[in-house]
Order: sequence, then C-alpha cells, then structure tokens
Amino acid sequence: MTFFLETLIGGLLAGTMYSLVAIGFVLIYKASGVFNFAQGAMLLFAALTFVSLQEQGLPFALALLLTVAVMALGAIAIERAVLRPLVNRSQITLFMATLGLSFVIEGLAQGLMGAQVRALDLGIDDVPLFIGEVMVSQFDLVAAATAGVLVTVLALLFNSTRIGVSLRAVADDTRAALSVGIDLNRIWQIVWAVAGIVGLVAGLLWGARQGVQFSLSLVVLKALPVLIIGGFTSIGGAIVGGLIVGAAENLAEVYIGAHIGGGITPWFAYVLALAFLYIRPAGLFGERAIERV
Amino acid sequence: MNTQTQPVAAPAELLVVNDIEVIYDGAILAVAGVSLRVERGGIVALLGANGAGKSTTLKAISGLVQADRAQVSRGSIHFLGEGTAGVAPSLLARRGIVHVLEGRHVFAHLTVEENLRSGGFLRGPSRRELEEDLERIYAWFPRLKTKRRTQAGLTSGGEQQMLAIGRALMTRPTLVLLDEPSMGLAPIIVEEIFEIVAQLNEKEGMSFLVAEQNINVALRHADYAYILENGRVVGEGTAQALAAREDIQHFYLGGKAG
Repeated sequence: MTFFLETLIGGLLAGTMYSLVAIGFVLIYKASGVFNFAQGAMLLFAALTFVSLQEQGLPFALALLLTVAVMALGAIAIERAVLRPLVNRSQITLFMATLGLSFVIEGLAQGLMGAQVRALDLGIDDVPLFIGEVMVSQFDLVAAATAGVLVTVLALLFNSTRIGVSLRAVADDTRAALSVGIDLNRIWQIVWAVAGIVGLVAGLLWGARQGVQFSLSLVVLKALPVLIIGGFTSIGGAIVGGLIVGAAENLAEVYIGAHIGGGITPWFAYVLALAFLYIRPAGLFGERAIERV
Repeated sequence: MNTQTQPVAAPAELLVVNDIEVIYDGAILAVAGVSLRVERGGIVALLGANGAGKSTTLKAISGLVQADRAQVSRGSIHFLGEGTAGVAPSLLARRGIVHVLEGRHVFAHLTVEENLRSGGFLRGPSRRELEEDLERIYAWFPRLKTKRRTQAGLTSGGEQQMLAIGRALMTRPTLVLLDEPSMGLAPIIVEEIFEIVAQLNEKEGMSFLVAEQNINVALRHADYAYILENGRVVGEGTAQALAAREDIQHFYLGGKAG
C-alpha cells in the first residue's frame, strides 16, 4: 500500500509540471483561438534567458524580473509581427505561423545564448521527505506548490480585474468585444505575455530538473495529451489533465511496465488521450457552448 | 436630397455617410453606394430585407468591417466632422460610436454584470464612476439587476437584447448603432425595447441608427428612415411620410412571409 501511494503521489506531483506547460496553451487558445505550438520554444527561451542572466552574476530576483520583461517584450513583438497581420485567417494558418515561430524562437535562443546544456539550481534540496511512511520528493512538492500559487494568481487576474474580464470577453466573443471598445491587440499582447511568464515558471522547474537545453522545448509534446484530456479551454482542466497524466504514467510504468519490459512513460499518455477522445472529445472540462435563445 | 459632397459636417450632423461601397474579401460587393446622415439627437431607421446591406452599412460605420476582412473601398464616413477611414473600432468606440450587433452577442460565459462592466472599461473610469454607470443602466433595465449574477448565456432573448444595449450604453456613446433589435423577440418585448430607446433619446440626447426588418415598429419610433435594397439606398423620408406610403408598406409586409 505504501508503495502504491508513493507511486501515485509521485505521479500526481510530477503531473503538476505537465499542467504548468498546458496552462500556457490554454491561455492563448482561449483568448485568440490559436493553438500556440511555440509555447515550448517560449518556455525554452525564458529558461535560457534566466540562466544566462544568472551566469552574468545577477541575483535570482533581478534575473527573474528581467526575464519577465523580456517575455513581455517578446509577446508584444509576436502580436505585432505575427498575430496582427494574420488576424481573421483560418486556424490552420495561425497554427502554421506558430510552428514557424517556434523554430525562430528556438534558433534565436540558441544563437544568442548558446546550445550547450546549462545547469539551473533553484536552491531546492532534492532530499526526499517522509510523510508518515510515504516518501515524497521535496522538489516535486515545491513544483506543485508553485503551480498552485500560479493558478491562484491567474484565477484572481481573470475574475477580479478589468483586464481579466476583458480577456474572458474576448475569449467569448471577439466581435462583441471589439464593438464595446475593447482593444483586441492589447489583450493579445497581455495574454501572450502572461503565457510567456507561465512558460518561464514551467521552464525554470523543468530546467532545474533536466538541465536547460534544447530538449526543453519538447515538453509541448507532453502537454498535448494533458490538453486533450482536460480540454483546451479550461485552466482547471489543464490542472486535472496534468494530474491524471502524471499519475497514470507513473502507475502504468510501475504496474504494467514490469510485465512488458518498461518504457511505457513516453507513449502511455497518448494512449490515455486517445481513450478520452473516444468518450469525451471536448475533454473533461472543455467549454460547451451555451445555447439558449 | 442634397447630393453635393460636404467635406466638413455641419455641427448638427453627427454622422455623415457619403456614397460608401464595401467589399468583402476584396471581391464581393456588399454595399454599393449608401449615403445617409444622422443628426444630433435623431433616431434614424435603416430599413430593408435580409441581405440588403443594413448590417454591412452599420459595420462600416463602427469599423467592425475590418474584423470581417472587408473594407470601405469608396466614399467617406464622417463622425462629428472627422473622417473614420482606417480608425480602429476600439478608437471609434472611444469617440462615441457603439455598435449593438445583430443577434445580440452577449458574452455568454460572463455574468450579466460582468457583461455590463466590460462596456465601461474603455475610458478607464474610477471604480466609483463605473459603479455609478452600472446603477444608471440598472435604472434603465431593472430586469438586468435581478439577474446580475446570472451567466448571460442563460438569460432570455429579450434580456440578452437589453443586456447588449445596456453594455453598449456603458461606453457612454453619442451614437448607438442598433442592428435588428427585434430579431426573434416577442412583439411585447420589442415594444418595450423601442420604448426604452425612445426614452434614452429623449432624456439623454443619445442618437440612434437602427437597422430593422420590422418596418412598422421602426417607423413608429424613428424620425427619419432610409430604405436599402441590394446595397443601395432606394428611398428615404421622414418616418411619417414613409409610414403613409402604401407601396412601401405593401412591398415589405407583403414580401415577408407571415
């Protein structure tokens, strides 16, 4: 029983890392209907920028602040150069644009800051903790807590601020938002900046775990099944989806993997997502349209 | 009608639309020569069947054509004496033009009150100003106050129309463009809505340009009307004069099944 709990809790905590990546997608998808393939590249760029600044001897807080500023500027540049000229184009056009964008950002990141693997130390001891008899990774706990704080902040932003209400208005009905004077371009800049900052948080946690390097941008591929399970339009869904994927991966690896020779983790999430597609195509929390006239 | 071009609108003219043509996707002609004017404090109706170009004309005025990949390819639009060509919709809203879209388009997942608030943000008002404006709207539409915490998508059609108008009023407009406010609503609700429009016009001096298929209701509340057909103005006159004209009554009422 203890072993089962350890596996489950370890999986759930690891799942919050997936959730963090997925939240960045949800934000942009909700506000602009774009599946932003470049989210992974943004995550890599943010982590690389932070590490590079730290290597220059900047203290943690200052490096973090500067990286946030860089991500915000990047969001404005993307809105100007990519989104605004392509407004009203089909989803596939925008998707291709973000695909291109992801290569540009990756190239830029490595060109400016080098392609070698960088270590990132967030100062979190990875000494296991014991809660009762169950062993829990301290790093995972911190990561989960960070995700919790981030989600709380986002919820406050969305529900209690004017920008948040405008964001949700744009997500609901872009034309109506325009008709009452909401500045769509500004909203997009804000959403991309927030997604960039979410990417920074995810990038730091992932980077601390596996080193800051090119492969960091591939965590997008982990976010996909999370989005399919949780739904593309719900932050809550991204969280639950992440938890399900994390827990299922860990449990499957331990209990099924043993019988078929392991190596389940890379693909199990996708099989799970496929199963969800059969029974719930909009995901667990996918927004159903309210229809009543 | 005066067909001379007027480069600068006279003070009484709130809106002057001069021979505009609107093209969708660079090819499809939706409006092919519409001229109209709205005077300060006027209620002007834009009448015509489905596809006559009413909505497109309103979108050209509010700038929302840009969001439909369309453009005003000829003619000019002046609001308060200033040209509106190439001005973003959010800026036009700030100048005082607000557009209540056909089909209401409330933010379905936002509460009624959030919908209203969203209309008030553009001037960056203080918290108190925003609350005052909210109360003002609730005074006009008491029904909205009782549903303030309800998701807008779950309210009735009439309530959604009131909400769409209330949300537009939160922008403190000078000119309200109303597109088919009667669509899909029971006659008694339509009457209620037009009554509020007339009151807003009388008490707050707000001007309205209303696109309608429901000629009778529109002519009863408007001062002046234009008749659109195939993207062109084919007739105009005071509401009284038009209401008295048999042919128009006959053509439109007869043309509409039911």
